[in-house]
Amino acid sequence: MSTVSVSRPTFSPIHRLGALVLDWVESVGDFSLFAIGVLGQLVSGRPRRRVLLETMYVVGVGSIPVVVVTGVFIGMVLAVQGYDSFHHLGMETRIGSVINVSLVKELGPVLAATMLAGRVGSAMAAELGTMRVTEQIDAIRALGANPVGQLVVPRFLACFLLIPVLTIVADTVGIVGGWLFSTQALDVNSHFYWAHSRAFVTAFDVATGLIKSVFFGGAIALVACYHGFHCRAGAKGVGRAATVSFVVSFVAILALDFFLGLLLNTSYRLAYPQLPSLL
Amino acid sequence: MSTLALNPGPDPGSPTVVEPVSLRAVGRRFGSQEVLRNLTLSVRSGETLVVIGESGCGKSVTLKLMISLLDATSGEVCWEGHDVAGLSRTERDRHRLRFGYLFQNSALFDSFDVFENVAYGLRESADRSEAEIRAVVVERLEEVGLDAGICSKKPAELSGGMRKRVALARALALEPAVMLYDEPTTGLDPVMTGVINRLICQVRGRRSVTSVVVTHDLSTVRAVADRVVMLEPVSRLAPDEPQAIFSGTVAEAFASNDSRVAAFMQGGDASWEREVG
Repeated sequence: MSTVSVSRPTFSPIHRLGALVLDWVESVGDFSLFAIGVLGQLVSGRPRRRVLLETMYVVGVGSIPVVVVTGVFIGMVLAVQGYDSFHHLGMETRIGSVINVSLVKELGPVLAATMLAGRVGSAMAAELGTMRVTEQIDAIRALGANPVGQLVVPRFLACFLLIPVLTIVADTVGIVGGWLFSTQALDVNSHFYWAHSRAFVTAFDVATGLIKSVFFGGAIALVACYHGFHCRAGAKGVGRAATVSFVVSFVAILALDFFLGLLLNTSYRLAYPQLPSLL
Repeated sequence: MSTLALNPGPDPGSPTVVEPVSLRAVGRRFGSQEVLRNLTLSVRSGETLVVIGESGCGKSVTLKLMISLLDATSGEVCWEGHDVAGLSRTERDRHRLRFGYLFQNSALFDSFDVFENVAYGLRESADRSEAEIRAVVVERLEEVGLDAGICSKKPAELSGGMRKRVALARALALEPAVMLYDEPTTGLDPVMTGVINRLICQVRGRRSVTSVVVTHDLSTVRAVADRVVMLEPVSRLAPDEPQAIFSGTVAEAFASNDSRVAAFMQGGDASWEREVG
């Protein structure tokens, strides 16, 4: 004998589309409120020093090996792919400028952010998801503490502050990898390789990459923590939170990369109209 | 006396004793699923109220509403007569310290050792010296029958019974006025179940706390209850029927003529019996 009044489910494509849109709008609203809550806690609270340092160690030191390995290979891949075109034009020594500009403006920050999203972001989502499922987040609230301040703020700060460092590491090892491969394997003259690189890579290029990376780091931490906090029950829910966190973070990285690149280049052209476009 | 009690609580001798927690016509939905409907329930000061009922009838949700870890979809949740919905978030967080909560699966923090778990609320709620914190942690662990030697162990290294006791020590560290126990003996052997039941009685005896215990375990009902309330799943209620289908003493519960209460108290499955009968 059931007396619960449950509305009859409807399955028409219009209903499904409407439900999807409503879900999406609700998620965007939830995420915005979550991000505002994190920023509020950043202003009003101070994370525990020990927790912050532990998180920074995991995010920063723990990510260095994977960033170094991938950075070296990216530098070498750029050399391999670019060499033939430049060789055809008799401009092999110019390859250094292309490798280095690509690395400091785009590939270094995006690579470091992708590694962070895969290695740290997914782990954060899974860890917080497990805490949600096992009621540890409720326990924090029951003990009078704010779980956002306790769990999200240290992770946000660690990602936000350390991703520029990881980006510098990725840039550096990528540049070294590209130079080594170009000069040792492809027989490009080292002196002219660096001379052309110096002429093309500006301080603004490096700054562009670092500015982008800060936004990437903040986005990764917010997305990962949001999905951890809103994890569904069970092992499947935790796994889904980790996967969705990485996918959304990666899309966010690429979208931010595009819009920030556009914004920064436009600003550069407005500030220095006499200089050639950076695009 | 609790140094953290925000309100010293009502004097039992006073003519107007305020109930520490009460639910008035409370409903709670999760999406399209209705878990609680029109639930009215009062917890009297100093009593141990045991909430029983089938799985899925909303017992744990009721506890989370009481401590404001969940919000009611409809109705009022009141702390000492004041509607929780009228409190700011900060006030709720502050007043929540009057409650201790023993979670069903202990909910100990995996990454912390036992000491840090018990000390967590102490560190967050006020400025205390490390010596003060250590003294309180050791005292609470001894109160639940654990040696201070386990302070450095991680939750994963503890048995289920020990985890429950550490979680109880953590909940008691802030000297709550109201203790909420969510399935305190689930998954424990009969010996450890007896230990936890005795601890619940001890906590009440030593501290005069008000307790609400959610359980399926009839031995816990017999051992700790002053009053028993039985909830029925919303899907089985008649349109105007209250969700709390029984409220009375343990003896009254065992002697109840209501077939649903009788079936539960005899260890049967009410729905199965109804379907078969």
